[in-house]
Amino acid sequence: MGRQILINDLDKEGVNTLSGYKAIGGYTAIEKALKMKPEEIVEEVKKSGLRGRGGAGFPAGMKWSFIAKPPGVPRYLVCNADESEPGTFKDRFLMEKKPHILIEGMIISSFALGANTSYIYIRGEMMYVFHILEKAIQEAYDAGYLGKNILGSGYDLDLHVHCGGGAYICGEETGLIESLEGKRGNPRIKPPFPAVVGLYGCPTVVNNVETLANVPWIVNNSGDEYAKIGIGKSTGTKLISASGHINKPGVYEIELGVPVEEFIFSDKYCGGIRNGKKLKAVVAGGSSVPILPTELILKTAKGEPRLMSYESLSDGGFQTGTMLGSGGFIVMDEDTSIVKNLWNFTRFYHHESCGQCSPCREGTGWMEKVLHKFIEGHAQTKDIDLLWDIQRKIEGKTICPLGEAAAWPVAAAIRHFRSEFEEYVHQGKNMIDVKHYYRLNNLQEA
Amino acid sequence: MQQDSSASKYSGKKHVKFSDDALALAEKIMKRYPDKRQKSAILPILHIAQAEFNGWLSVEVMDYVATLLKIQPIEVYEVASFYSMFNLKPVGKCVIEVCRTGPCWLMGAEDIVKFIEKKLGIKEGQTTPDGMFTLKTVECLASCGTAPMMQIGEKYHENLTFEKCENILDDYKNKGEEISHWRKERIKHHTDKHI
Ligand SMILES: Cc1cc2nc3c(=O)[nH]c(=O)nc-3n(C[C@H](O)[C@H](O)[C@H](O)COP(=O)(O)O)c2cc1C
Ligand code: FES
Repeated sequence: MGRQILINDLDKEGVNTLSGYKAIGGYTAIEKALKMKPEEIVEEVKKSGLRGRGGAGFPAGMKWSFIAKPPGVPRYLVCNADESEPGTFKDRFLMEKKPHILIEGMIISSFALGANTSYIYIRGEMMYVFHILEKAIQEAYDAGYLGKNILGSGYDLDLHVHCGGGAYICGEETGLIESLEGKRGNPRIKPPFPAVVGLYGCPTVVNNVETLANVPWIVNNSGDEYAKIGIGKSTGTKLISASGHINKPGVYEIELGVPVEEFIFSDKYCGGIRNGKKLKAVVAGGSSVPILPTELILKTAKGEPRLMSYESLSDGGFQTGTMLGSGGFIVMDEDTSIVKNLWNFTRFYHHESCGQCSPCREGTGWMEKVLHKFIEGHAQTKDIDLLWDIQRKIEGKTICPLGEAAAWPVAAAIRHFRSEFEEYVHQGKNMIDVKHYYRLNNLQEA
Repeated sequence: MQQDSSASKYSGKKHVKFSDDALALAEKIMKRYPDKRQKSAILPILHIAQAEFNGWLSVEVMDYVATLLKIQPIEVYEVASFYSMFNLKPVGKCVIEVCRTGPCWLMGAEDIVKFIEKKLGIKEGQTTPDGMFTLKTVECLASCGTAPMMQIGEKYHENLTFEKCENILDDYKNKGEEISHWRKERIKHHTDKHI
């Protein structure tokens, strides 16, 4: 355990430049890849078991093999650098520190898919990273890794970076495609899937930054070697964005399979809960995944140690488990109000709903209002059932999974922390809440 | 600032036009997309427009962007009103965007907003009477590990404390410059040579 392949060498000088990246072995995979057949690269990625790192965990090689190839129609690769899932900040970190690993990954992946134009869609708020990527892309053009006849292979590729305008929904792949076409980011009804009808009506693959950044290593070392990293079907490493009440927040590259307990408490990673407090709950994969209380995040319902892997985190389904998601690992200490935190998340989803589907547009607003009643001290016991009912009526009834993303956290909070909702009903405001306010700088409780 | 006057969506300027540098950049950006797909450039160009025209998009500015992209004005309005980074009303020279989402909130974002409100004497969504600052709250900016945080222009200010906020805001005030997400220097000096 403990291998790193993405951010192991950030301390080396100039890894954010082309020459510095080359000095650590960058741009060697591209030479190898251009001598392979595109299908062979897809095959290696399949063998690697690499799963999409954007949240859904769909096998990347399989997704690539679905791309339609009608003759004479362009194909596109679009990198999803929208990174807006609350709690997730690994893509920004990687692109800022090592932009060329993404560019190399995109060149190889575009070649494998037969795309001659590719885009990186980065959220507009990360404007400074947009300019870092523009600069890195220009360096790659100057070095002959982009443009016409790359390294004499006869393969042409133009790579461009595109910036968004501020909208979480543009992280959803069809919302992203709409946005890239210059429209509102309203997700499309599927099927047809982007692999058949995507950008400008052409076959398109959308992959997350981290997914694509793994591709150079796979090409250099083979899919089989990659599959040896990690545990079971959770192959490879994962960038985890650790935030909340821990001693050492930040981005950690873990080998999949590290025990959750080790991840939270060891000094190698989060370094334990800050200010000597106790752990209360964790949202393990970005704000959309179910929250778990201490008992269930450290151990599965069967009593086995919970591991940082796709399978282990989802062990027990939503009754007792959660999801690895985007790897946005949000840690909450004993003073956190679960209800108030949930209100904040629900407010977020209400704000970010694109408004196409009534269950999501209206439902997120209703849930926000009901939750507000709790924290204002006006809620009644029947409001807990009302919340449960609303979230049930959103899940599975919307065009895109933003509906689920809003519903799951509500369901999980009620499932695991029902007594806290009841406390709000009976006490109006509970003491946990009051403590919360004076957290910053251990502030003046006055 | 007459933020709430009904005429505020119009800037009052009749002849809106990009600077030569901005125009050259906009044309370059349009070439990133296939033929007849120049509408794709709308978001980057709206960012440039905000940088060119005091940090917000008046109806005249949006109409001008429509002519650049050869699309209908309504296509620009519907996009500009969808995305949170575009201001459809006048704003201060410097827009403070404090993250208010979960992880930042856990680390005290609420207190930061209150502190800034008190310091500037305005509420969230308002602009100071001298036109220097507008205070906005925004959703997770992918900086949760260094929470609480805020963005001003393209810059992330992280691990905020009251003292830090105080110094940062004083600094901007002393400089008195207009700040935009797409920085003005980046319109002048642009790296894209390949198209
Ligand atoms: C509401 C919503 C927001 C999403 N946001 C992101 C995002 O910010 N970044 C991302 O990579 N994927 C995001 N996704 C997942 C994408 O739809 C898509 O599955 C992913 O980009 C595919 O890439 P991957 O297979 O490499 O993970 C989001 C999905 C939904 C439903
Ligand atoms: S919650 Fe503030 S940056 Fe993520």
